[in-house]
Amino acid sequence: MTEGLNLDYSLLIPEFLLVGLVVAIVGLDLYAPKMKKTWLAYIAAAGLVAVGAVSLGYWDTDDNFANIIVVDDYTTFFRVFFVATAAVICLASATMVAEKFRHPGEYYALIILSTIGAIGMAASRELMTAYISLELLSFSLYVLVSYQKFDAKSNEGGLKYLLLGAFASAMFLYGMSLIYGITGSTYYSEIAVGLQNPTGDFQWAMLMGLVLIVTGLGFKVAAVPFHMWTPDAYEGAFPPITAYLGTTSKAAGFALMLVLFSQAFEVVHDDWSWMIAGIAAATMILGNLVALQQHNIKRLMAYSSIGQVGYMLMAIAALNSDTAQALLVHLVGYMVSNMAVFIVIIAWYNMTGKDEIADFRGMRERAPLLAWVLAGALFSLAGLPLFAGFVTKFVLFQSVWNEGFYWLIAIATTTSVVSLYYYLQIMRQAFVEKPAEGEESRLPVPLLMNGLAAALMVGVLYIGLYPQALFDVVEAATDVLFV
Amino acid sequence: MDSGYWVLATVGIPLIAAALILFVPETPQGKDVVRWFSAIVGAVLFGISTYIFFRYQVGSDEQYQFFSRYNWLENVGFLGENGISLAFGVDGIAAPMILLNGIVCFGGALISWKIDHHNKDFFVLFWVLVAGVYGTFAALDLFFFFFWYEVAVLPMYLLIAIWGSSSAFETFARTKEYSAMKLTIMLVAASILIFIGIFAVFHEAGLGTFDLQELYLPENQLDPDTQKLIFPLFAIGCGVLAGLWPFHTWSPDGHVSAPTAVSMLHAGVLMKLGAFGIIRLGIQLLPEGAQFWMPGLMILATFNVVYGAFAATAQRDFKYMIGYSSVSHMGLVIMGLATMTVIGINGAVLQMFAHGVMTATFFAMVGSIYDQTHTRDMRLYSGIVHRMPLFVFFFGIAGLASLGLPGLAGFVAEFNIFLGTFQTYPWAAALGVFAAAMTAVYILRMMAMAMFGPPDDRFPDLKEMTYLERATGVLMLTFMLFMGLWPAPFIDRISETVRSFPGVS
Repeated sequence: MTEGLNLDYSLLIPEFLLVGLVVAIVGLDLYAPKMKKTWLAYIAAAGLVAVGAVSLGYWDTDDNFANIIVVDDYTTFFRVFFVATAAVICLASATMVAEKFRHPGEYYALIILSTIGAIGMAASRELMTAYISLELLSFSLYVLVSYQKFDAKSNEGGLKYLLLGAFASAMFLYGMSLIYGITGSTYYSEIAVGLQNPTGDFQWAMLMGLVLIVTGLGFKVAAVPFHMWTPDAYEGAFPPITAYLGTTSKAAGFALMLVLFSQAFEVVHDDWSWMIAGIAAATMILGNLVALQQHNIKRLMAYSSIGQVGYMLMAIAALNSDTAQALLVHLVGYMVSNMAVFIVIIAWYNMTGKDEIADFRGMRERAPLLAWVLAGALFSLAGLPLFAGFVTKFVLFQSVWNEGFYWLIAIATTTSVVSLYYYLQIMRQAFVEKPAEGEESRLPVPLLMNGLAAALMVGVLYIGLYPQALFDVVEAATDVLFV
Repeated sequence: MDSGYWVLATVGIPLIAAALILFVPETPQGKDVVRWFSAIVGAVLFGISTYIFFRYQVGSDEQYQFFSRYNWLENVGFLGENGISLAFGVDGIAAPMILLNGIVCFGGALISWKIDHHNKDFFVLFWVLVAGVYGTFAALDLFFFFFWYEVAVLPMYLLIAIWGSSSAFETFARTKEYSAMKLTIMLVAASILIFIGIFAVFHEAGLGTFDLQELYLPENQLDPDTQKLIFPLFAIGCGVLAGLWPFHTWSPDGHVSAPTAVSMLHAGVLMKLGAFGIIRLGIQLLPEGAQFWMPGLMILATFNVVYGAFAATAQRDFKYMIGYSSVSHMGLVIMGLATMTVIGINGAVLQMFAHGVMTATFFAMVGSIYDQTHTRDMRLYSGIVHRMPLFVFFFGIAGLASLGLPGLAGFVAEFNIFLGTFQTYPWAAALGVFAAAMTAVYILRMMAMAMFGPPDDRFPDLKEMTYLERATGVLMLTFMLFMGLWPAPFIDRISETVRSFPGVS
């Protein structure tokens, strides 16, 4: 059967390099015990950046590996996206991980492995491959969430994530098998053909398959009502891993959804669009309303990210080339803004050991740069101008509106105001409240954290003030999906 | 030469100033640097604004002068050629508004000299606010109109919550955090309606561009039924910022809690953005919708005018009185707009300018006395004139302008509004004139109670205003007199533009 298939392994060089990086990191950790452990983070980050540079060489390629993995602009886009995210996460973890764990090598290795999984989700054009990539991502994350072995919350979060995640995977698999049963193929392109010419009265089986697949993916991106694991996993995880859950794990889910629904299921758009629209509405409303009641910053960010997922799901419900493009742009804007918030949370946690919202009081006095970055990034998440969130939300909402989902946009804009309320509450602690007695002094923020925060803020402002370049790149990336 | 760079500068300079101030170190010397720098930026902006106003040519062929356009985002997704462009231009309505913003932001920068607590942060947010206001007045792109509009709302929470003041009365208390949150959430919630309206306009027009000049073209008008559907979104959305009854409640609370310069800018200029939005997005973009809905807006505006006046009469706090008086006077603006006549809209824009200058003066003056005594309860004062004659002079002139004394700015404006309203809605005009007369009641009563009478020894240390405050007062006073005595430059500019509006008779 391999005859006529393209088995060009050079297409997968970035993934091979990532695997090599994993081996190198673990090896260095074991065989160079005298090396300062923070160096592992720097090496991992440098390696990731290098892989990102290599991936850029595949821009304008349009080739596939045995029809199961495609390397085109879409894949390249997500390779760079995931690798960049992982690099930031590695840098942000450096101090904390070196202090807490004896063998941090595994930690970085797992992050890089999960990145490979995430890339696979974007690149695969075949259900089994997509599933295996999804599991690679998920398993790495299960371990990462429960990495603090002696911390009850970490164990609780990890266990919940593992059990519910496994359950979701099973549903996804079952949905796959139903779709396979109807269409006789696991290749996206052949599924599309099969669904176009139904061989019998399989309407209900197909719907069941779609429901199960949507459910399975809904778990991964934390859409309501499949979001229950999110707050606990977020709270229990190490702050950098929380950030990672909020960005890569979600982005990978959307990368898979986008390609799966546009390539395989587009012919039956009307059969799944309503489901996702309903889930999107529930996700926006519940995520933003429950966020109002949170006291812990990580739980708040968990619910706020659920709300953000709702906005993104709208784009899947109204899927066409415009919304796909808007979705990716929003994803980038969200990633940068969210990371900036988390860098502040991580830095603050490193210095004070606290992660309640009320503990942010007086941040303006104690770490001015962090406070300003926090304000800007939160404004961006709330969708206010000068920052990335305004233009990405505007374009996303407009593209969904153009498809006629007026009621969804009404919900989305209203819940955006709700989100502004709780973001302002965080800012109030940081700017308006005075620091507690005896804690007025300036905190020594490490240069690395200040630098990361400032760099991400520059990114937020760049997207917010002149996004043409980003839009052009994203257009090239999504064009390949809608030919 | 009316180069577009002048208008670009009014938006760019404050933004760059804000960015530069971020890098000033927080030392006593740094604070002075920030003060001087901000005062200079204010003076420069005032200069440019004045230049734009006088340089604007009446009778020119171009509807928008000082025009500039830069492509910002195009040819991606649903956006076509010129999809979103950073387009600025000034017409006869924007010109006086830009002048107003120049006056008030200069005055505000001088008044804020006193601010000591993190004055760097204050001025960063202040200049962002100013840039947003300039941008909205000059924007000729639907996307950027909204962009700058939101930029103007964005710094408000922090400005009020950090540098504002709380007030406690016998029956209720308003913390500054409460007022700040109320203001921000109400304004952002209102802007949702504008947001949705913009989506609808873009989608229905189907041009692939947010360019307002393109959308204004008669052949690109939306069909009348759609216009009727969308107009209320813009009217209410912008109306909230203009203090439209019954969505005005953020305004007295917010203005009272805000620090002096922010009150000046917010009541003086930002509320005008709302009325300006009704003109740009309502009357100009959706003329049929405006025709259809204006009677409804007239009813609400009448409530505004009457309710605001009565509420102001009941206040014992200087700032609350001014706040409700603003609600009443902004009602007059909306009334003028709702007439859909040249003279009425003319009066509305004049009133926007006049009210801006008057209110800014009021807030500047109250700030000067509040900083010394830390109370704004007018019952506690008596005979201020014995200790602060200049204060009473400025306050009095602004008060007389506000009650519509001929020779001052308010008269010209109200006269035009009532002329237009009597032609179209005599009942509203009658109520409006009655409420305008109420202004005399609360202004004069307050003057009698607090300013005149025997000197009180409750505040023996009351000192005359600082030189900076006097300078601000003189600046405002000049323009109050200028518009009152020689309104022609304003009326020429405004009426020429208003005549070109479709559907305005």
